[in-house]
Amino acid sequence: MSILVDEDTRVVVQGITGGEGKFHTEQMIEYGTNIVAGTSPGKGGQEVAGVPVYDTVEEAVDEEDADASVVFVPPAFAADAIFEALDTDLDLVVAITEGIPTQDMAKVNKRLKEVDTRLQGPNCPGIITPGEAKLGILPGNIFSEGNVGLVSRSGTLTYQVVDSLTERGIGQTTAIGIGGDPIIGTSFIDALEEFEQDEETDVIAMCGEIGGEDEEEAAAYIAENMDTPVVGFIAGRTAPPGKRMGHAGAIVSGSGTGTAESKIDALNDAGVPVGDTPEEVADHVEDLL
Amino acid sequence: MLLTHPLGNLRHESQMRLHEYQAKDVFADAGIPTPPSALATTVDEVVEQAEEIGYPVAVKAQVHVGGRGKAGGIKLAEDATEAREAAEDILGMDLKGYTVDKVLVEGAVDFVNELYVGVTMDRGEGKPVAMVSTQGGVNIEEVAEENPDAIAREHIDPAFGMHPYQARKVVYDAGVPAEVARDVASILTTLYDLWEDTDASDAEINPLMITGDDEVIAADAVLNIDEDALFRHPDLAEMEDEAAGDDLEAKANEYGFDYVRLDGNVGIIGNGAGLVMTTLDLVDYYGGKPANFLDIGGGAKAERVANALDMVFSDENVDAVVFNIFGGITRGDEVAKGINEALEQFDEIPKEVVVRLAGTNAEEGREILNDELVTVEETLEGAVQRAVEYAEDAE
Repeated sequence: MSILVDEDTRVVVQGITGGEGKFHTEQMIEYGTNIVAGTSPGKGGQEVAGVPVYDTVEEAVDEEDADASVVFVPPAFAADAIFEALDTDLDLVVAITEGIPTQDMAKVNKRLKEVDTRLQGPNCPGIITPGEAKLGILPGNIFSEGNVGLVSRSGTLTYQVVDSLTERGIGQTTAIGIGGDPIIGTSFIDALEEFEQDEETDVIAMCGEIGGEDEEEAAAYIAENMDTPVVGFIAGRTAPPGKRMGHAGAIVSGSGTGTAESKIDALNDAGVPVGDTPEEVADHVEDLL
Repeated sequence: MLLTHPLGNLRHESQMRLHEYQAKDVFADAGIPTPPSALATTVDEVVEQAEEIGYPVAVKAQVHVGGRGKAGGIKLAEDATEAREAAEDILGMDLKGYTVDKVLVEGAVDFVNELYVGVTMDRGEGKPVAMVSTQGGVNIEEVAEENPDAIAREHIDPAFGMHPYQARKVVYDAGVPAEVARDVASILTTLYDLWEDTDASDAEINPLMITGDDEVIAADAVLNIDEDALFRHPDLAEMEDEAAGDDLEAKANEYGFDYVRLDGNVGIIGNGAGLVMTTLDLVDYYGGKPANFLDIGGGAKAERVANALDMVFSDENVDAVVFNIFGGITRGDEVAKGINEALEQFDEIPKEVVVRLAGTNAEEGREILNDELVTVEETLEGAVQRAVEYAEDAE
């Protein structure tokens, strides 16, 4: 079982004719993902890796009945591509692109509240349901089917934890990289909520990092709403306190949150064991299964 | 340019910081009142400019550090002798690691009140926020921590921009004196528009001075631009100060790495901010001290890998290096090629290098790696422990 994507998910790749788009389309197809269309303005009618290319997302959705998209469009045009996807009735849009201007994402964030589509990312590795489908750039071979859900702000850290789990014979339901940008579509809480409703997910591993307050908010959510046990990890315990330099971003919320200590304390208070190392995360998961 | 987040966030969140004199130009062009000022790089120039502007003047170091005043980087001068003294003190001084090579000479403002006015992105809300406080002129971050209610805040819909009523509301909420409320609201509106137009991450005036004649003047100016948006602002990109920071940071800039120098002796290179931070944490966990944070990013080719090694070798504090790659989009064989290329240039490898490759093409990478030049470890824990040992032995 899985959340958000499975073998029936019909995927359109936005930016399919670009280098990254083409390469990862091939990788996704090889993994078994049901890629039904690609888009690239002005390249409608072509084919990439046997997949029909359309000029617009709307056309791709109408013609191929797609219900999810994955965005490989370069940063300067990525927000526009996300807006385009949000104007169709896709269930899920996964934005891989790194380096989208923050003000663009604030506008996307506003639009997101007006539609039913879920956005994941940007600047994320994607989502994978082992053995069924992957949308994004995750290395499929390290994942295995099982009953642990994963959600992480960091791509490579996700791989590290998954590797430790798979090594011990512990498989995964779905792994979601939510991305580390200041403004993202799917939050920890959104992902936890989905996992809580998934009967096949028995334990959830949640990998956070310093900065922002998402982990603190997730901890409060877990304490109040979740029965599925969660194991935590926070990267950046040794990060030095930065140079304070008249930075308005620092005064928005006063202070006291955002540090590794604050996040670990919040998770512990919510009954979530936090591993000191990725191996310890796997230990905790093993104990809870 | 790389900016360390105040919370020590090492993840990609880069901004290009303008100097005060550059930000003031942008603010003045937009119609925000600023004092008369001029840039100077020599003592004689400072005196010349001060004479022209008229005393008293402030001589202000133009470097990217906070708390310039407290650190002796800002001095007031009542006459030519004092201006000369201030210039001699400040030009060439070391301000928190930065050498001052230019100063702003500025007409001093005789004020009765100091405000704080700022616009930034509230990442928690995913919306811009405008802020005003009557406790300006001091360390506003301390105010935010100790008395957050002293800062009035108003969230802005990014699709509509700031409505005039919102500017008025936040100004009234902050308790700005009625005599200047309209002018401050107008400056805030201008500041918001400018923040939006320049793709800024922060636009701040601290202090915004109120004079005895109820004039309102921006005595400082902060403008940090979202580096990801610089492609839309070639004029601003030109203002980037490549010389800022120490040599290693300048080198990191040139190579385009997310790099932070730390005070330990275990050099760390990895891909992806979360994994690199975890590697730092593990070095600490096993009793070592990280020398740096270096993220080569996604999909790095051999040359970039070689550049990363060059970076870390350039730090004389480094005694051993751990290379931690978990390939997704990054390929292990490309990384291995880069490591070999970098190390084969040396007759003698300057520091021990421990390599851990996992993920995409990791096996191919391990086969290619020249293990006479590096120590190959299978696990992350093993690699970190080995590097810590090497660093201890080398001390």
